[in-house]
Amino acid sequence: MTTRQATLRLWDPTWEQRRKLTGFLFVLPAVVFVVVFFIVPLALTFFMSLHDWPLFGDHHFTGFSNYTDLRDDRQFIKSLNFTFRYTLLITPPIFILGFILASLVRHNIRFIGIFRTIFFMPVVIGLGVSSLLWVWLLDDRVGIFNKILLDLNLIDRAQLFLGRPNTAMNVIVLSVMWKTVGFTMILLLAGLQAIPDELYESAEVDGAGYFRKLYYITLPLMRRTIALALILSVIGSVLAFDQFYIMTRGGPRNSTISIVYWIFNNSFTYFKMGYGSAMSIVLLVILVALTGAQLYVLREKSG
Amino acid sequence: MSAASLRSGRDRESRHTPQEMRRLQRRLVLTLRYVLLVLLACLFLFPILWSFLNSIKLPSEAMAAPPTFLPSRVAFDNYLKLTTFGRAGQEGQDELGVVQHVVNSTVVALMTVVGSIVLSTLGGYGFARFNFPGRNLLFIMVLSTLMIPFQSILIPLFVMIVQIDLHDTLFGLALVYITFQLPFGVFLMRNSFLAVPQELEESALLDGCSSLGLLYRLMLRLVLPGIVTVAIYAFINSWNEFLAALIFMSDQDNFTLPIFLTMIRSGLWGTVDWGALQAGVIVSIIPCLGIFLLLQRYYMDGLMGGAVKS
Repeated sequence: MTTRQATLRLWDPTWEQRRKLTGFLFVLPAVVFVVVFFIVPLALTFFMSLHDWPLFGDHHFTGFSNYTDLRDDRQFIKSLNFTFRYTLLITPPIFILGFILASLVRHNIRFIGIFRTIFFMPVVIGLGVSSLLWVWLLDDRVGIFNKILLDLNLIDRAQLFLGRPNTAMNVIVLSVMWKTVGFTMILLLAGLQAIPDELYESAEVDGAGYFRKLYYITLPLMRRTIALALILSVIGSVLAFDQFYIMTRGGPRNSTISIVYWIFNNSFTYFKMGYGSAMSIVLLVILVALTGAQLYVLREKSG
Repeated sequence: MSAASLRSGRDRESRHTPQEMRRLQRRLVLTLRYVLLVLLACLFLFPILWSFLNSIKLPSEAMAAPPTFLPSRVAFDNYLKLTTFGRAGQEGQDELGVVQHVVNSTVVALMTVVGSIVLSTLGGYGFARFNFPGRNLLFIMVLSTLMIPFQSILIPLFVMIVQIDLHDTLFGLALVYITFQLPFGVFLMRNSFLAVPQELEESALLDGCSSLGLLYRLMLRLVLPGIVTVAIYAFINSWNEFLAALIFMSDQDNFTLPIFLTMIRSGLWGTVDWGALQAGVIVSIIPCLGIFLLLQRYYMDGLMGGAVKS
């Protein structure tokens, strides 16, 4: 009975057609969401960037003047510089600490799962919440950092870590490092564990020490993983916002306003949405270039 | 170089056989490794533990400058104080401060979880198992949005959400969050469905099962790990998201938890109450840490399947 039914179906010429339609209907909701809330806004960002677009009232076409205005926007240039400086400052320490952690938790010795979990835990905490935690740790009156440094006589009076441009940058780097280094650790750990032990064993027989093994085996074989970890870290840093909005509010003297922060201010504080869109397009171009680099690195493997 | 130093060390202690030396050396390295691990673990745990310790101090003690180390006694006053911020403190209001915002965050997170699961599962199944014209093109389109940072499309999203009158609603925010989850979710679910042997389905189809019935009765159980992974990421990402929530919510009553806490920190409701703020930090951390610790395996699957291979 069932066999006959099935045979009938398989011979039914409309069955193939129906299956095609069914498949299309299955993917339709997700596709509609992506089109409406991703593709359309993407096109609109470019459209809006060609307009003077206040929150209320009419918008009108202004061509590329929003883009040419960017050249004279000193805060925009300052924000670009700041964001790149932040990215350059935070990427190496995250990578080095991530690599050290990955090396430490690499072998399956006893309790190692607990250590891996502890180092990774801050990753699942929101950046906003971790910033609220760190702004308190770093406070000049109630913060523990000042208390410890004072007790150890390393400083003679409480410091406003977030109140001066240089120290603000350093302590924010420290806090974001705490929050994100576990992610780099896990990426690098996967890369480390993919290297066969025999390579190290034969190198040891030849009398190679730690640094020789690192230089001749580990680093070359992990080239792709390392590149991936660095690019993901760079992308995250270029998009930084929460930590500056919460910890320094862009200060002191507008010295910690990142690109996303400046887009946010223009679009949602001054409501210059066309101008904000032009900056978003610039940001997008930077990010697509970085992601392109990521895809290129990943493709090398299969080739 | 290190080989040479090893040899000279061996000469000095010639009463040990090379084997014993090697074992001793390995022991030493292992001990050092554990010492380092424990030290680093303490440093990593310190901010969370310190925040927790402060949240259970008496409010006056939590505000003490310079700070004290251990609480003189355990008190939950800071958590209770959290319920008095916002409009709750004013007369004629029966809102519950932080409770309102925990509810907001939970509602948005649950809507995001349900939406992401349904859309990712249907989409993943369609892309994995059906052949229809334009399939590859649509899949590449969905996937390519992974390259676009959501930060760069927030302005038109805001304008659109205002246009359809979902501005300042939890549902509008959830719609946006669902979309952010979809590229990863669809990709992951497609891989989950591809990993299921096709014979299973064919026999069910031959038994006269409909496509939706098949998905519901058979496939869902087989791709459950993938669904759990999608759910975890949807929850944690929407619970923690900051920028979009800051932009889309303008009425204080609709603030999600991180935005509410940021308002406390910025002194919107008087001087910054550090004890209450740390209680709020702990409240925000607990669901994420809890889910991560309980479902770590699924979380890591997502990391390896999504971040590394995408």
